[in-house]
Amino acid sequence: MSNVRPIPSPSTPYDDRAQEVDHPSSLVAKFGMDQPLRLDCGVDLAPFQIAYQTYGELNADRSNAILICHALTGDQHVNNVHPLTAKPGWWDTMVGAGKPLDPEKYFIICSNVMGGCMGSTGPASINPVTGKAWGLEFPVITIPDMVRAQAMLIDRLGIATLFCVVGGSMGGMQVLQWTAAYPERVFSALPIACATRHSAQNIAFHELGRQAVMADPDWRGGRYVDEDTHPHRGLAVARMAAHITYLSDAALHRKFGRRMQDRDLPTFSFDADFQVESYLRYQGSSFVERFDANSYLYLTRAMDYFDIAADHNGVLAKAFAGIKTRFCVVSFTSDWLFPTSESRALVHALNASSARVSFAEIETDRGHDAFLLDVPEFFDISRAFLQAAGKARGLANGGSQS
Amino acid sequence: MSIQQALPLSGVAPERTGSYRTDHLLVADMVQPDSRVLDVGCGDGELLELLESRGIDGRGIELSREGVNHCVARGLAVVQGDADTDLVNYPDDAFDYVILSQTLQATRQPRVVLENLLRIGHRAIVSFPNFGFWKMRLQLLIGGQMPRTENLPATWYDTSNIHFCTIKDFVQLCDEINVKMERAVALDLYGRPVPLNLPWWVWNMFGEQGVFLLSRGGQGK
Repeated sequence: MSNVRPIPSPSTPYDDRAQEVDHPSSLVAKFGMDQPLRLDCGVDLAPFQIAYQTYGELNADRSNAILICHALTGDQHVNNVHPLTAKPGWWDTMVGAGKPLDPEKYFIICSNVMGGCMGSTGPASINPVTGKAWGLEFPVITIPDMVRAQAMLIDRLGIATLFCVVGGSMGGMQVLQWTAAYPERVFSALPIACATRHSAQNIAFHELGRQAVMADPDWRGGRYVDEDTHPHRGLAVARMAAHITYLSDAALHRKFGRRMQDRDLPTFSFDADFQVESYLRYQGSSFVERFDANSYLYLTRAMDYFDIAADHNGVLAKAFAGIKTRFCVVSFTSDWLFPTSESRALVHALNASSARVSFAEIETDRGHDAFLLDVPEFFDISRAFLQAAGKARGLANGGSQS
Repeated sequence: MSIQQALPLSGVAPERTGSYRTDHLLVADMVQPDSRVLDVGCGDGELLELLESRGIDGRGIELSREGVNHCVARGLAVVQGDADTDLVNYPDDAFDYVILSQTLQATRQPRVVLENLLRIGHRAIVSFPNFGFWKMRLQLLIGGQMPRTENLPATWYDTSNIHFCTIKDFVQLCDEINVKMERAVALDLYGRPVPLNLPWWVWNMFGEQGVFLLSRGGQGK
């Protein structure tokens, strides 16, 4: 077994990652002891901070603001080079000049979620009471908590009503929470590849990931920062397992098939003989360069707890009763993590609430990740929806062709 | 008398009237202002747009993705779905009108669909091609082949229309499931209404399509 290579330790210096956690290279909104964030678990979190990026200009009416909600392992760096990985923004396909979310037309905001590790307060942040990283002493965060924090940020930016709230996966959950909690503050909503509750299968996958992190001896009960270790192997395994759920059988087969990695014959060992193994290991090892293991525990937990209907006596339609927001719900045919049936259940509830909803299922074999990729049909419907909503909102150039 | 003269629609500019399909104008005329409408099989949203221009709150269901895209681009609220499988998910009395325009013959279970229309909506407006139209009869009688017309050009093996019926057949179904016909109009080949005072068999012979305004019948039969 001598030729089996373990997942390497992160090459990004720890100090760089720690810098982004507490002093991010983003805009930061700080909330003091007088403005606590009331969490669902009963804790008032104060002080706390939200790291965010903006693109484009807010118009004089303050009517062209779009909030992008990022997914589980995303962050606020939507459309700029990432400060840790030096890779392009995670939604460059959707955001940019001539793209559906065009900073020439809209004022685009994206904030790192509470519990994240790119500048918003989370388990990797310094607990001001102890002077050490919060670790597992950080209170459990929910999707409604994330949205409550975003609403405080939007207040601070002086925006009463968002033109649109958009996001995929966990970002889509936040979109739905926005419309359920602040319907009058959301003119239009674009929830993508998401659900109104996390399914048992999805909770199961998350538990697998968390157990992988916690089984790593370097996790040290969550105190790895103090003990100068890092559970990168456990976190990488969690990422590898999760990454499979973001793809599809067809996409994996098309991309890799049974092709070998830099060899023609099997090595009769447990090294990465197959390209697909090598790819997964790469996904795992690059993830640990930029993500905090405890953050992964907290954010997966937030998704597990998400269930809008449960907050409304089990009746989903009640969450959206009388809502005026215009919805466009999008799902992808090969997404088995958030299958179309989940989106349809949402659409039925919105219909039952007389909401103004459109829904499209996009045909693609690229699985859940399709919303991050170049899928023209998805861009077409997003652009069409935003332009029509822009007209209804009275945005000067909202309805123009780009 | 042209259809435009027959249907002076409030809220539709006279110069635009000609650009709408005659059956759409007829349907729009059957819908009271300020009502809520679900258009099942709404295509590219032409009828919905006409209705919304008259202040009606419209929603649509459309099977094809291209159709949904067109509708969304027009600012309409349209859900991708199938009349056969998705109507069951709509609550009772959700709409004032549910419209099924030129779609009944393409459903797998027309009777169930019709029942659902009148469960979801207080009224239903249904239009369909009349297979009892004289040209159809003639093609089958003389030509001995499944009829094809300008409006229904597909061959029998690639048509999506799997449940054709005649106006007479439809009236019979309405009777069977206790559906009340509030208004019935047959349009001839040129989209002109067949005069009202003529007997049913004339409609069934000379109506190229039928447009019906339906409501729920009383209890029992």
